[in-house]
Amino acid sequence: GPLSERRLMDVRLGELPAWLATCDISAQGLLGGVRKAWSSYHDKYINVRRGGPAGISMLLAGYCLLSYGWNYQHI
Amino acid sequence: MNLSFFDQFASPSLMGIPLIIIATMFPTLLLIPQDNRWINNRLSTIQSWLLHMITKQLMIPLNKKGHKWSLILMSLMTLLLTINLLGLLPYTFTPTTQLSMNMALAFPLWMATLLTGLRNQPSISLGHLLPEGTPTPLIPALILIETTSLLIRPLALGVRLTANLTAGHLLIQLISTATVALLPIMPTVSILTSLILLLLTILEIAVAMIQAYVFVLLLSLYLQENI
Repeated sequence: GPLSERRLMDVRLGELPAWLATCDISAQGLLGGVRKAWSSYHDKYINVRRGGPAGISMLLAGYCLLSYGWNYQHI
Repeated sequence: MNLSFFDQFASPSLMGIPLIIIATMFPTLLLIPQDNRWINNRLSTIQSWLLHMITKQLMIPLNKKGHKWSLILMSLMTLLLTINLLGLLPYTFTPTTQLSMNMALAFPLWMATLLTGLRNQPSISLGHLLPEGTPTPLIPALILIETTSLLIRPLALGVRLTANLTAGHLLIQLISTATVALLPIMPTVSILTSLILLLLTILEIAVAMIQAYVFVLLLSLYLQENI
């Protein structure tokens, strides 16, 4: 389909700058993008019928990495 | 050397955003929103079962008017529990080690219970300052003592939480430094120290949960006296 309507995973690498130009960079647009990304992660890994520790552990591992990045100067 | 051990309690900031803001907002991502299905998925069921168990335990002693407080007390409990437990992961920052945050949580809530009691039932609330059956000569001294103990409650609530968590984190850092430093010199002692570290980590997990519970329990007790 047209470039502006495709999701990020369907865009080919060469078309990436063009796709970035079409998306909404305002505060509301970014917030909507973050919300969509979070809800797709949540629905795929956490909100499943027989969920286990895996979905939340990935989230916690990402949180640890983020904290490491924030602490990098101080170590 | 000692000064560097306290550096872990300073909130590091990257590009002007201090980590404490992210650390305080992150627990919201871990809580699964409840949709009113008949049978939820496994994680959602576990979470709502835990929440119901804790709510029943805390809210049964309160009367009907006290049950209006259940939302704020349960959300406070969940916040403290998640913040305390997340602080045990490596490199993370625990906002509840900051006295400012704990006092900001303890003082308004304690004040709310006090003012509710003084407004709705002033004589009963003041009556709590004198336990039943005290001998008459002791009454002035006892009222002074009880007033002091009443006014020190928010300070005690805040400092209890701060001190427990700070002490735990400091101990973990000290013992792990000792283990790593001893490893090339005396491996046996290093293994013993790492056993102590294991036991300490289990203790810290318990302390994290208990401290959150005690905070909210004491608030509900203060509420019971006053509502």
